[in-house]
Amino acid sequence: MQDLQLPPIDYGAVAPMLILFGVACLGVFFEAVLPRAARRSTQLVLALLGLVAAFVVVVLESDTRILTAGGAVAIDGPTLFLQGSIILLGLMALLLVGDRSLEQGGAFVAQAAITVGSDADRRQATRSQGATEIYPLAIFAIAGMLLFVAANDLLTMFVALEVFSLPLYLLCALARRRRLLSQEAALKYFLLGAYASAFFLFGVALVYGFAGSVQFGSIHDAVRESTQSTVLLYGGIALVAIGLLFKAAAAPFHVWTPDVYQGAPTPITGLMAACTKVAAFGALLRVLYVAFDGAAWDYTPVLGVIAVLTMLVGAVLAVTQTDIKRLLAYSSIANAGYVLVGVLALSKDGLSSSMFYLVAYGFTVIAAFAVVTLVRDADGEATHLSRWAGLGRRSPLFAGLFTFILLAFAGIPLTSGFIAKFAVFGAALESGEAWLVIFGVITSMLLAFPYLRVVVMMWLSEPGESTPAVSVPGGLTAAALMIGVVATLVLGVAPAPLLDLTTSAAEFVR
Amino acid sequence: MVGVSDFPFLSILTGAPLVGALVVAFLPRAKPELAKRVALIWSIAVAALAVVMWIAYDANGARFQFRESYTWIPAWDARFTFAVDGIALVMLLLIAVLVPLVILASWHDADNTRRSVPVYFALLLALESTMIGVFAAADVFLFYVFFEIMLVPMYFLIGSYGGHQRQYAAVKFFLYSLVGGLFMLAAVIGLWALGGKTFDWQNLLSADFTTNTERWLFLGFFVAFAIKAPFFPFHTWLPDAGGAAPAGSAALLVGVLDKVGTFGILRYCLPLFPEASRWFAPYALALGLIGIIYAALLAVGQNDLKRLVSYTSIAHFGFIGIGIFAFTTQAGTGAVLYMVNHGLATGLLFLVVGMFVARRGSALVSDFGGAGKLVPLLAGVLFFAGLASLALPGTAPFVSEFLVLLGTFTVNKTVAVIATAGIILAAAYVLWMVQRTTQGTLNPALTAVEGMRRDLTIREKVVVAPLILLILLLGFYPKPVTDVINPAVQATMQDVDKTDPAPAVQEASR
Repeated sequence: MQDLQLPPIDYGAVAPMLILFGVACLGVFFEAVLPRAARRSTQLVLALLGLVAAFVVVVLESDTRILTAGGAVAIDGPTLFLQGSIILLGLMALLLVGDRSLEQGGAFVAQAAITVGSDADRRQATRSQGATEIYPLAIFAIAGMLLFVAANDLLTMFVALEVFSLPLYLLCALARRRRLLSQEAALKYFLLGAYASAFFLFGVALVYGFAGSVQFGSIHDAVRESTQSTVLLYGGIALVAIGLLFKAAAAPFHVWTPDVYQGAPTPITGLMAACTKVAAFGALLRVLYVAFDGAAWDYTPVLGVIAVLTMLVGAVLAVTQTDIKRLLAYSSIANAGYVLVGVLALSKDGLSSSMFYLVAYGFTVIAAFAVVTLVRDADGEATHLSRWAGLGRRSPLFAGLFTFILLAFAGIPLTSGFIAKFAVFGAALESGEAWLVIFGVITSMLLAFPYLRVVVMMWLSEPGESTPAVSVPGGLTAAALMIGVVATLVLGVAPAPLLDLTTSAAEFVR
Repeated sequence: MVGVSDFPFLSILTGAPLVGALVVAFLPRAKPELAKRVALIWSIAVAALAVVMWIAYDANGARFQFRESYTWIPAWDARFTFAVDGIALVMLLLIAVLVPLVILASWHDADNTRRSVPVYFALLLALESTMIGVFAAADVFLFYVFFEIMLVPMYFLIGSYGGHQRQYAAVKFFLYSLVGGLFMLAAVIGLWALGGKTFDWQNLLSADFTTNTERWLFLGFFVAFAIKAPFFPFHTWLPDAGGAAPAGSAALLVGVLDKVGTFGILRYCLPLFPEASRWFAPYALALGLIGIIYAALLAVGQNDLKRLVSYTSIAHFGFIGIGIFAFTTQAGTGAVLYMVNHGLATGLLFLVVGMFVARRGSALVSDFGGAGKLVPLLAGVLFFAGLASLALPGTAPFVSEFLVLLGTFTVNKTVAVIATAGIILAAAYVLWMVQRTTQGTLNPALTAVEGMRRDLTIREKVVVAPLILLILLLGFYPKPVTDVINPAVQATMQDVDKTDPAPAVQEASR
């Protein structure tokens, strides 16, 4: 039997992922050996340090442009930019995860599997200590996302998909309040996610049948030269795209989003809305721009229709929502549509504007969910919109911040939301996709209405009997909220540095 | 002179009210008088600066003066570029004069609400800042930013401090404007992508579009401006907003903010899309005519004083629209002069109506009757404001209305003749309103109202006196203003490439 030749690996370039996987494993180890009292602080510090270290390495490696690990991993401009974004957004989400000032023991229960409503379940809901496994789980998920945006062949991409999805399924089920919703969310997410993975894998098989390889470079060549049936190619693209669009929450693969966003513990919702979206679109960008760019003429119209559908579904259904988390979920669906508009520009500007959009949206959406964790009463978060009536009177500061966040979602100037929308629409128009821009503008008008309704609720309605007070956030939540709001403002007023960064990063290696 | 014109007037004029707004907003809520005084002094200082700028402006000099330009987003060539022509200059001066008067007139507006008094005055100053910015911007991107941001303070002024149905009115105002703004956003992106990737107004002037593109871009801008102005059939938000807003805010809303629409047409639609402007001119003229007649008829039938004044404004905007789209220097000068005079006359009318409403606690015409016997001075001012509003010779609006009709008559007799019918209707709604409120037998219910026994206070006299003086002054001697406006209008008409059929009257008077 012949010896396997191990491909050379540039360890510096893949160090961010190695660090995070190492930190996650270390977290699991600590979970086993440390006394209960010391776990939470150790885990939190370890996780934060790991993220910071990974970010530092990403910055140090910022000039790297290579394929490594036998061509399975590409470390290039988009990879590094997206990895840096995922780490930063993950850091913010982790701050929310780590907060225990709002709820005794944090937002997570220790054992998700206990039957809801049983005595044991009630005991654990009121018991002070919560889960500390969430930290290694979250780090595993974030590390998986880093690999996902770096994957340069379909199999690596699939492995990364599973690595970051499985911890997320688990995390969704751990909410301390509304256990049944949380479990339902996890189950839905898991089942539909499993379907999506199957689609993806089937797509990989078809593409392999067409190109004879799963490497993006080879697929790119095969699209030009292969004499195989194009049915294999188109089928493969479609199925791979379905798998990725599912994670990105694009219609018609979005149906899990509102339920999961609503049921999951709010910090995890923030993590999903920001980081998962970045990761999914990062992978989609690479697949479309690097592997299948030769078939762009064939898939652009189909994906264009999906983009329009996504924007419409998100905007129209957002209008009818009465729960703030579901409203934000539909808004995130619509935003997926806007990113898709940028992606479909299929140009350097399209790539850079999509990346800008993802970062801008990520910061804003985590800040939004941070505010959601603050508005609470004795039963936990008060997410029904009617409960937010008159919030501006009770706590002008947080209502003001949330208003600013909503204006950013609505794309009002001097917020990052406006600059981001402008960038993707501009890129799309330049590539001649005027129809996508028109639908983007129309859905933006529709979307303004639900946002405005929340603003009206908060400021112009009289506070009702049931209007909860806004809890004073602990340091961690406050930090996440402030980072998000400041980033939203700075990217709206002075976007030039980040625009330059995305532009200089917008070059894939093949 | 060189030294003076190098002074960064425009950025300071834009920034100063914003700084003032921040200062006032953070004054202690318990000391409302302090906030009012600071706001008043601040706005007077801004007005003084505007007057200095007026003196430093060289009416026969370059078309755009006081130009400043600072880097903002190099990737898109968007810059902080400020510059004013004669049209923008007179609008800036109108704002600077109106705001202190409005602040003085609104002295007690916020006292009886349960909301913060300093915030009310901070919002007024913030509104001033955005309004100045929108007229001073010479960069399309910057203009758009101010155009949209302007909505936010106005929204809260109406929604938080307004009267009956304020929530509905505020939301309607915001949504209407936002829809227009998003149409414009699409057009701005198109202008940028197809016009050479620049936002500089001067550079865009030489951009070349195909006929079709130009028409679409024109339409995008025009719809936004027509909603803002508002022209028939986009006007329905104005009576609601004007009726619900506090009188001072309503005076600014109708007196200045709506002028952004007509100003935008003059500055952006006509010079940037000359061919499309000529093509759409008949339709725009028709909208103007319908507005004049239709709104005047509706005004006759109103029982709510503030709504009545709002409808008269829509009719007046019809005149301004006709003046613009007649494409003669005379009519154009008349239209711009109308913008100024309308700001003074309608501003005065709104403020006086506000004084009546504050005394009576109701805006319904039927709640008054014979009020002149109780408050002769106030009734006299209402009568004067009404006469100015119907363009009686000797008051400023007469000059502008006459110029518009004269300039239109030389090119399109039918339009001019139909528009003249609007003057008769104007007499009907103004005189009938004055008669029903202040003349005739005294409504016995009025004597029972405490406030109606108090005639003009010193504060109110200080508010109305400058406006009355200005209206009379410009009625007899409009030359200082027309001298500034005329070159700018001439340049605009040259951009549209329409030559005057006969030598313009203004030429001789210079």
